[in-house]
Parts: sequence; structure tokens; C-alpha cells
Amino acid sequence: MNLDTTDTLTPHAPEGLRPPVSPYGARLLHGWYETGRPAGLAEHLDLYGPLPRAAADGALVTAVEQSGLTGRGGGGFPTGRKLRAVAGKRGPAVVVANGMESEPASSKDETLLFLAPHLVLDGAVLAAASVGATTVHLCLARTRVGQERQLAQAVEERRRAGRDPVPVEIHTLPHHFVSSEETSLVNWLNGGDARPQATPPRPFEKGVGRRPTLVDNVETLAHLALIARYGPDWFRETGSPETPGTTLVTLSGAVRTPGVYEVPMGSPVARALGVAGGPTGRLGAVLAGGFFGSWLPVPLNGVALGRGAGVLAALPEDACGLAETAAALAYLAGQSAGQCGPCRFGLPSVAEDFAELAWGRPGATLLERLNRRLGVLPGRGGCRHPDGAARLAASALRVFGDDVLRHVRYGPCSPAHDALVLPVPPARPPKEEEWR
Amino acid sequence: MSGDDRSLAVDFTVCDGHGLCAELLPELVGLDEWGYPVLRAATVPAGLLPDARRAVAACPVMALRLSR
Ligand SMILES: Cc1cc2nc3c(=O)[nH]c(=O)nc-3n(C[C@H](O)[C@H](O)[C@H](O)COP(=O)(O)O)c2cc1C
Ligand code: SF4
Ligand code: SF4
Repeated sequence: MNLDTTDTLTPHAPEGLRPPVSPYGARLLHGWYETGRPAGLAEHLDLYGPLPRAAADGALVTAVEQSGLTGRGGGGFPTGRKLRAVAGKRGPAVVVANGMESEPASSKDETLLFLAPHLVLDGAVLAAASVGATTVHLCLARTRVGQERQLAQAVEERRRAGRDPVPVEIHTLPHHFVSSEETSLVNWLNGGDARPQATPPRPFEKGVGRRPTLVDNVETLAHLALIARYGPDWFRETGSPETPGTTLVTLSGAVRTPGVYEVPMGSPVARALGVAGGPTGRLGAVLAGGFFGSWLPVPLNGVALGRGAGVLAALPEDACGLAETAAALAYLAGQSAGQCGPCRFGLPSVAEDFAELAWGRPGATLLERLNRRLGVLPGRGGCRHPDGAARLAASALRVFGDDVLRHVRYGPCSPAHDALVLPVPPARPPKEEEWR
Repeated sequence: MSGDDRSLAVDFTVCDGHGLCAELLPELVGLDEWGYPVLRAATVPAGLLPDARRAVAACPVMALRLSR
């Protein structure tokens, strides 16, 4: 490996640079399958080839548009369109790499940052160069001390190699569910609380230091680093035409070998469970997309992975989906930033209703009240926190419909008091000073 | 959408549930059980524009907004 040869690859001419072939079709986790350890800078460049020349000539923005890459932070927004919007604004821009991963059932960003930090950093500096940004802010959760240390080393390694077009600054932020939302990151970087802010303006219009700001999930940026190297056609070789490429998925619950895996986008959920050794027994449902996602009924009938956060949690047949949901909703309610009435009062009310449904003696009017409340949550917060919680609750009522009727008629089933399958953190609202 | 149409929106991060908007513009704004506005339609018909403007002006925290 030679750090001194400047490679002037453009995203459209990947000749001479051969994409690595992993036995599992893995791209981001290729190094892990090759060596079984985190890659330092030299090893990373050996695996993937040198960092392509980065320029604000629009070539990379076009390549990302053609690749069909969508955001891997949960929203699934087309990444090329976001790059184009930021690049089109006047004045120097800012890139924020979102490595906060506040979704309790997800550990894919943590895994990626651990195993392939330089792929993420490549993507961040390439994205920065392509939109005319002069700074990259990498946002990490303050609770993950080892992660910060490792990334600081990686950034220092790159600084010494002197190859990055843009400097990277690492920040450690409060770790709450909504402090990883993009306007929370921007507000915190601007000296405020890590709480979501009303939009517009969206970060791409006016973000860090009032500058146009590109906020992207760290996995999204890692894919971008590979598109810059091997081009959009290569990127589209896997996945589906509407949702190309691979995606990281955290598989947990009743599967034989839980963990983080890389699978083609749009894979059938059943096949993705198979990658983790398959179910340990008969399943009752699968939670797709995490605490903001939806319960999927079994049999899965070919249903495919959506664009949401890459999370699949398999619920065994003998677990209580209502209890799991009630616990998750209590956590989400506690994580409200407390700014918007419908979120601040609505989420706890819905969580209490669900607790009554799961563990109490539901009164005759409970379901009607719960449905009415769920109907007024979406679209009525500064951010989409209430929308996500409402989606989870509504999917539980749908998928566990039979259980709902049983609970209403006879009270809680016995599994309702078992240990939870979902990794639900304690429902403790952050203190006022903990938003800083 | 005709040129006169405006869209009504609430910034819930500042709205403190005074409910004044629902009093001034009951045709378009209701209240949820916690006292926060529920918009019945996002687009204001021309005939209600004066009332909508009055409600926007009356909101004590400038949480109610009209825009194109
Ligand atoms: C409550 C809430 C929490 C979020 N948490 C995360 C997170 O932990 N990581 C992340 O990348 N995006 C998170 N997002 C999405 C970000 O706001 C933003 O859309 C994303 O980082 C954009 O990156 P992408 O386009 O690459 O996905 C969250 C959104 C909401 C509403
Ligand atoms: S909806 Fe909830 S989490 Fe989002 S800004 Fe409002 S109070 Fe905060
Ligand atoms: S008048 Fe303003 S503060 Fe009061 S409920 Fe309406 S929008 Fe909210």
C-alpha cells in the first residue's frame, strides 16, 4: 500500500480499482470478514483502495443520485437529492455525520464505527468536498467512551497522513432518543440543547453556524465512500432497483445468532432472519424498524425490509406483544423533549393506556380512547417523535388484535409478566441539565 | 390551489395551548383533550382568510402561522 500515490479516480471511471469481494456479499463489513478486526488506515486503504480525489465539481453528487442511495438513519430519504440541495446553497457548507444511534434495538452504527471507522470518515470528507463544506462534525453519544477514543485515534491517523481535504471534529452529545434527531444535533452544535427544533428552516437551508448543513447517518456516508470508489452501477449490482445496495441490520430476539449483519436492501425479512441463523422457535411477530417501526405479523409471506432503521427483533410465539409495546411506549414517552403539548401529554397518555391494556383491567372505553389519541399524534410535534410512537402503537393493535380482545375480556395473559424480549431502557425522563 | 389559499401551521415547540386560535377560528381549529390545536384542514379557504389572520395575530406566542 502506498499513501503517496494520489489516485484521480472519478466516480464514473472505476477502472483499475476492483471492488473487494466478500464471501457474504458484504461491502461495509468486508474488512471484518477478511480479517476479523477493526481496520486501521493502512489496512483500510489496502482493502478498498485509495481515497478518490474529492472535488466540488458535481461528479460525486451525480454519482450518488444515480446510485439510488437512500439514508440509513431511519428516514430513507434519497441521499443524492440532499447532497444536491446543500451543494446548491450559497456559502460554505457543513457536514454532520450522525453516529448517535439512539435506537435501543440497533447497534449497527456502533458496529460500523468500530470495525470500519475509516470508511465512515472517507464518506464524510468526500461528501464535504462534494458539497463545498469546510468542516465535518462527527456526532457521537457521550455514553460511549471507548468509541470516542477509537475515532479520535482514527482522525489523528488521517491528519498525520495529511490526505483529507476537510478536517473532522468529534463531538460527544447527550444520549437521549430524540437528541440524535438532526435539528437536535444542529442546535447542540450551535451551543443549545440537544432537543429538536421547529422546521423550517431545515438544516440544509440553515444549520450549523447558519450555514447550509448536510446531516447524514454514518452508514449512509460509508456507502457514499464506496460509490465514490466503484461507481453507481456497481452500487446497484445488489439490492432491488427501487432500493439498491446493501444495508446493515441489527437482528435480535428469538434468532439463533443475534448481531449486526449486512444484507441486500429489500431482502425478504424471512431471509434476513435466516442470516442470523433463523428463528429459535415459532415466532409471534417481528418488529421491523425499531421503536419507531412496525410489528409485522407472521407468517411473513415474503414481506421485504423497508427503508426504515435496520432493525429486526423477533418475538417468540409465547411472548406478549402488548407488554413489549407498552414498555417501549413508556420509554418513548419518557424520552419526549417536553416541548410540544401533543408529545408531552399525548405520549404518556398513550403509554398509560397501553399499560392498562397489557397489565391492567382494561375498561370498556379504553380502546376507543386509545384509538382517538393515536389519531391525533402524527404530524403534531416539532419532530416526528410522536409519529414514530403512534406508528408502533397502531401496528401493535393491528398485529396483536386477538391478544387485545383477550386482554380486554380476561385481563393480562401470563406471558405479559415475563422478562421482555425487546431491549427497553428504563423509562426515566432526562433531567433539564442533561440536554446539554 | 388558487393564489389566495394559504396554509395554516402550528409550531408545537412554542404553542402553549392557550386555545385562543380555536375560539377565533373554530371552522378550522379544534382542540385536543390536552388543549392543543388540531387543524381540521391545512389550507385556508379565501372566505376564512380574515379570521385566520386575526387568529394568527392573536396567538400570544406566535405559534400559529400562515404561509403560502
Ligand atoms: C426522534 C428521532 C431520532 C433519530 N435518531 C437518529 C439516530 O440515532 N441516528 C440517525 O442517523 N438518524 C436519526 N434520526 C434521523 C435524523 O433526523 C436524520 O434524518 C438522519 O440522520 C439523516 O441521515 P440519512 O439521510 O443518512 O439517514 C432520528 C430522527 C428522529 C425523528
Ligand atoms: S415532538 Fe416531542 S421530541 Fe419532538 S420536538 Fe416536540 S417535544 Fe421534542
Ligand atoms: S393561540 Fe397559539 S399558543 Fe394558543 S393554542 Fe393556538 S397556537 Fe397554541
